[in-house]
Amino acid sequence: MLYEQELKTFVEGTTNFFEVAAQQPASIGSPYLMEGSPAVHEYTGVINISGKREGVVYFTAPKAMLTVLLMKMQENDFSHETMKDLVGEVANTISGNARRDFGRDFVISVPSVLSGEKPQIPQKPGVRSFIIPINWRSHSAKLIVSLT
Amino acid sequence: MRNGKAVAKNGGKRTLKLMIVDDSNIMRRRIERSQRFEQLELVGTAGNGLEALELFKKTDPDVVTMDITMPQMDGIECIARLVAMKPAVRILVVSALADKATAVEAMERGANGFLNKPFTDRQLNEAIAELMR
Repeated sequence: MLYEQELKTFVEGTTNFFEVAAQQPASIGSPYLMEGSPAVHEYTGVINISGKREGVVYFTAPKAMLTVLLMKMQENDFSHETMKDLVGEVANTISGNARRDFGRDFVISVPSVLSGEKPQIPQKPGVRSFIIPINWRSHSAKLIVSLT
Repeated sequence: MRNGKAVAKNGGKRTLKLMIVDDSNIMRRRIERSQRFEQLELVGTAGNGLEALELFKKTDPDVVTMDITMPQMDGIECIARLVAMKPAVRILVVSALADKATAVEAMERGANGFLNKPFTDRQLNEAIAELMR
């Protein structure tokens, strides 16, 4: 059972990136639970967690959102590699927040980045995921927390 | 390893050589673009600790921004090696690792400042100003 404070840490890590890096806050949609593998967007940053909790946390975003985010960050390189770099940085921020708030109870991996809409995310079978929509400007990404 | 274009903009003050170390291209460009110090001259950027050591030997920077989580050699080990080569180097850690233990370890190895990612231009420039004080 995930605690609200734990979810809050992951959500704040995500929204903090938009607020600081793009100087424009993101809003949170209504979270929901689902079983199985949630659909992902083109780019996904994944952190693996073990210790007090086991599983994965990932941020997945469409290319259109990342393009606008890069523009807001004054970037002019919109290549595939730069998109991967950007979701990796968002995941890195989520990971950093979690390390700060959870301490040594959680072992948090260096983020990995996947692209494509059918990536192999190492999700435990039977675990229900929390899906938290991250809305920014006219775009929507997802933060997916899948932990036991 | 990416050698930066030297820009003469010292305005009469002694020019300090800057090296940026981060495995993210976006972050390297962000730091390069956002820093506003006329006396800082970018001498190059590196994508990991090993590249940073090579670049450091070639360019002898005075000021370094250093990520922590990087492939091949992380920032913590790199800081210790840079300080061993040049004790007077000023190192600003720029990292998403927001926990106190990481900051303390970096400082113990010889870093002079710590800035959390993500950061605003203002936060970056304040951190660099503090570093050069």
